[in-house]
Amino acid sequence: MSEKVDARGLSCPQPVIMAQKAISGADFPVEVMVDTVTSRENVRRMAEHLGYKVTVEQQGDEFRLVITK
Amino acid sequence: MLDRITKFFASRWGIISVGAVIGILGPTLQKLGNPKNMGICVACFERDIAGALGLHRAGVVQYIRPEIIGFVLGATIAALIFREFKARAGSAPIVRFLLGAFAMIGALVFLGCPWRASFRLAGGDMTAIPGIIGLVIGIAIGVWFLRSGYNLGRSQKTYPAVGWIMPALMVGLLLLLLFRPVFSEGGPIFFSESGPGSQHASILISLGIGLLIGFLAQRSRFCTMGAVRDVILMKDFHLASGLLALIVVAFLTNLVYGQFQLGYVAQPVAHSNLLWNVLGMVLAGLAYALAGGCPGRQLFLSGEGDGDSAIFVLGMIVGAGFAHNFNLASKTDMIADGVLTVGGPSQFGMAAVILGLVVCVVIGFTMREKVAKGE
Repeated sequence: MSEKVDARGLSCPQPVIMAQKAISGADFPVEVMVDTVTSRENVRRMAEHLGYKVTVEQQGDEFRLVITK
Repeated sequence: MLDRITKFFASRWGIISVGAVIGILGPTLQKLGNPKNMGICVACFERDIAGALGLHRAGVVQYIRPEIIGFVLGATIAALIFREFKARAGSAPIVRFLLGAFAMIGALVFLGCPWRASFRLAGGDMTAIPGIIGLVIGIAIGVWFLRSGYNLGRSQKTYPAVGWIMPALMVGLLLLLLFRPVFSEGGPIFFSESGPGSQHASILISLGIGLLIGFLAQRSRFCTMGAVRDVILMKDFHLASGLLALIVVAFLTNLVYGQFQLGYVAQPVAHSNLLWNVLGMVLAGLAYALAGGCPGRQLFLSGEGDGDSAIFVLGMIVGAGFAHNFNLASKTDMIADGVLTVGGPSQFGMAAVILGLVVCVVIGFTMREKVAKGE
């Protein structure tokens, strides 16, 4: 089972904190939904910094990030 | 092409170069006429705008600062070019207004926002150090609240017109600056004839530099509060490297211009009252952390359509009105006949800082989503 995090409408650092929590308890892949480019970059930077792989998919004006080991 | 620029600004070198550019431009603005160690101060400049509009009557700090207008509009331009302009609002606006007002009161007890604290340090003003220590303490308290589940809730996507209100207000301010109407005899718009408010670079230069910084900061998400917060919260030094670049480059630029003046007392537009330099910035730092951005970042966000940041900015401007009307802002150190009088806040200023800290702590404790035990 994958973990899903909905961080849309939340401003940073909230999405990063939520993603971090999801990763630490995780079942990969972790899926994070965000709706600003800033959140996208911040979550991606945090996950890559911790050594995970991140793929980004744009859905309308929202972003779906999938974090895998 | 746009994608590659975005990637550069999101990189470590991107944020460092933005910090460095701001580090050059701040002291340059000072060289061209802005007040000493105040090449750029978001809090002070918003306070000057409040004064120009007559929201307070402190005659020495009244000017419509084009840098502020440029910050917002520069961010708007960047957001439009890179398709990031997005109208959003509705995340506890009244709380953000209050945080903005108290952030300003804390900033005016210290006499500067984190930007100015950095420029003061880079100019040799050692009283910036207690301010920065206070800032770090305030942000650390904010991080503790963030960890324990504090957040102001989600914003909602809204009508594009909502996002345009702040840029439109800035265009209005620019018109007031250019045409200098007088609305009644002895009435606004006010422009200081002496003191810091009378010291400024030309409108064109101030506006141009403001636009450039607004553009760069929108792309790089430069934030002085975020710099400290991310280090404490997750040992992420990304934003911090931008802030450090700003301080180092501003220091070097001051050396080149001959503006570096090492000292602790009677520094330009500053006071050496240790305790209140710390406490003023504890309040400001906590308020920025709870609101999610330093005064500069809130301006850039308001330029890209964030109505909640716009409310924070308006809170700061109104807070500046209170700070001067109610004698909360600190007095600077004064030397008369060789005798030093140490400045600092009045008892009202002290009380306001304590009240602000209580309000922020109550906000921090009462606006938390429940976090499962053990987390």
